[in-house]
Amino acid sequence: MAVLAHSATADIAGHLATVALPVHEDLREPENGLVMVRGRVGGDGAPFNLGEATVSRAAVRLSTGEVGFGYTLGRDREKARLIALCDAMVQSEKFVGAIEGQVVAPLRAAMIEGRNRKAAEAAATRVDFYTLVRGEG
Amino acid sequence: MYVAVKGGERAIENAHRLLAHERRGDRDVPEVSLAQISEQLSLGVDRVMTEGSLYDRELAALAIKQARGDLIEAIFLVRAFRATLPRFGATEPVDTGAMQVRRRISSTFKDIPGGQILGPTFDYTHRLLDPQLADGFAPDTPATGEVSTGATPRVTDILGRDGLIEPSPVADASAPIGDLTREPLSFPADRDLRLQNLARADEGFLLALGYSSQRGYGRNHPFAGEIRFGEVEVEFVAEDAGFAVPLGSIALTECQMVNQFKGSATEAPCFTRGYGLAFGQSERKTMSMALVDRSLRARELGEEVVAPAQDEEFVMSHSDNVQATGFVEHLKLPHYVDFQSELGLLRKLRKEFVEANETPPMREAAE
Repeated sequence: MAVLAHSATADIAGHLATVALPVHEDLREPENGLVMVRGRVGGDGAPFNLGEATVSRAAVRLSTGEVGFGYTLGRDREKARLIALCDAMVQSEKFVGAIEGQVVAPLRAAMIEGRNRKAAEAAATRVDFYTLVRGEG
Repeated sequence: MYVAVKGGERAIENAHRLLAHERRGDRDVPEVSLAQISEQLSLGVDRVMTEGSLYDRELAALAIKQARGDLIEAIFLVRAFRATLPRFGATEPVDTGAMQVRRRISSTFKDIPGGQILGPTFDYTHRLLDPQLADGFAPDTPATGEVSTGATPRVTDILGRDGLIEPSPVADASAPIGDLTREPLSFPADRDLRLQNLARADEGFLLALGYSSQRGYGRNHPFAGEIRFGEVEVEFVAEDAGFAVPLGSIALTECQMVNQFKGSATEAPCFTRGYGLAFGQSERKTMSMALVDRSLRARELGEEVVAPAQDEEFVMSHSDNVQATGFVEHLKLPHYVDFQSELGLLRKLRKEFVEANETPPMREAAE
């Protein structure tokens, strides 16, 4: 689910289009809301409320009974619905392979590639200190 | 007797129309898009998210556009938007130690594990205007380097291992976490409430207070233990799902200030610390926040409270730019009746003054 939360709606929908979807319904209409983001004093101490973030959530039920939940940052309700649908399908033996192979795996690869690129850009700005040896002659 | 006065509806309507026209500016100039604001004025967006206390880049960009670039007005708009949505709950506290670091510097240790990573920064630029930017300019693609697989521990964690710095306050599971958006401020305020207030506080106000503490008003001239900026994962315990669900990641800046010692008869002396955390890349904000956080701990650390930056009631009551702007700008609204009553009082006082000054010679004459 972490991979889906990091992916763009159009990318999730694009990969999901390659899977034959089961009959399903919205158990909870997708909706927007807020979560309070918490930090910790000193980075590792007692928690405090930093500020809120927008989130979307949805719940989807397959006709075979599996219930999936979708939560994601931002106000894109469709993305929450797609995540919920994937979550429900992952619980079905019939679809788990397709979701993992055709949706999550390519999105995971794209996510890792994006992260690696950012990490490599940051790494190029790493400082290499060198010592100037004082000459004695 | 109360007399209602009406009028100005048409003037207000036309003022709104004129505002919309001025906001758009010269119609021969292409309209600015939210994506352009979000991507190219990103630090303004970060400030609006931080002080608006709402992480949503697109909404912050919309607010900046609607406010014609007035960031405090944009922060006001974002704060007002928060009231339109339900709150689903609170996230698990973010783990900044696991941040995907884009920038991370320490001015206390040269050779920190994980290294000094400059990232995207104005530091070391010459601060000379660049005429190239005026007529469109395509930058080079960023250089890439070999990514180290080592961890990037927080500098304070490294100092903490040897007991050289005070530990962070431990979470008390039974104590509720203060939330000033739900309960009015009361004093004395605990550190969780103070940090929430400082995170939302006006950057300029905190900068001035932090600066004052550095200059000696409250004696607080620390070292920047570490400043880091990057992405952290956010998790939320969803009641319906019954477990922590990943929501995605947000960009945060964290600053750890290392200050002078405290100790006692029973505790060995160690460094003390101030903490800053904000949405997006907000270095000036988090540094100022960390300076003021440390100043506000004066009482707890047994320091004499002599300066504004150490006075939590002063700081917390005046730090919020939306509240401050509301009270200052309300002076623009009609005060005709109030003023008339003051004017009447002043006329009466002046009349009495004149009479008082005229009477003595007359009395003398009478005598």
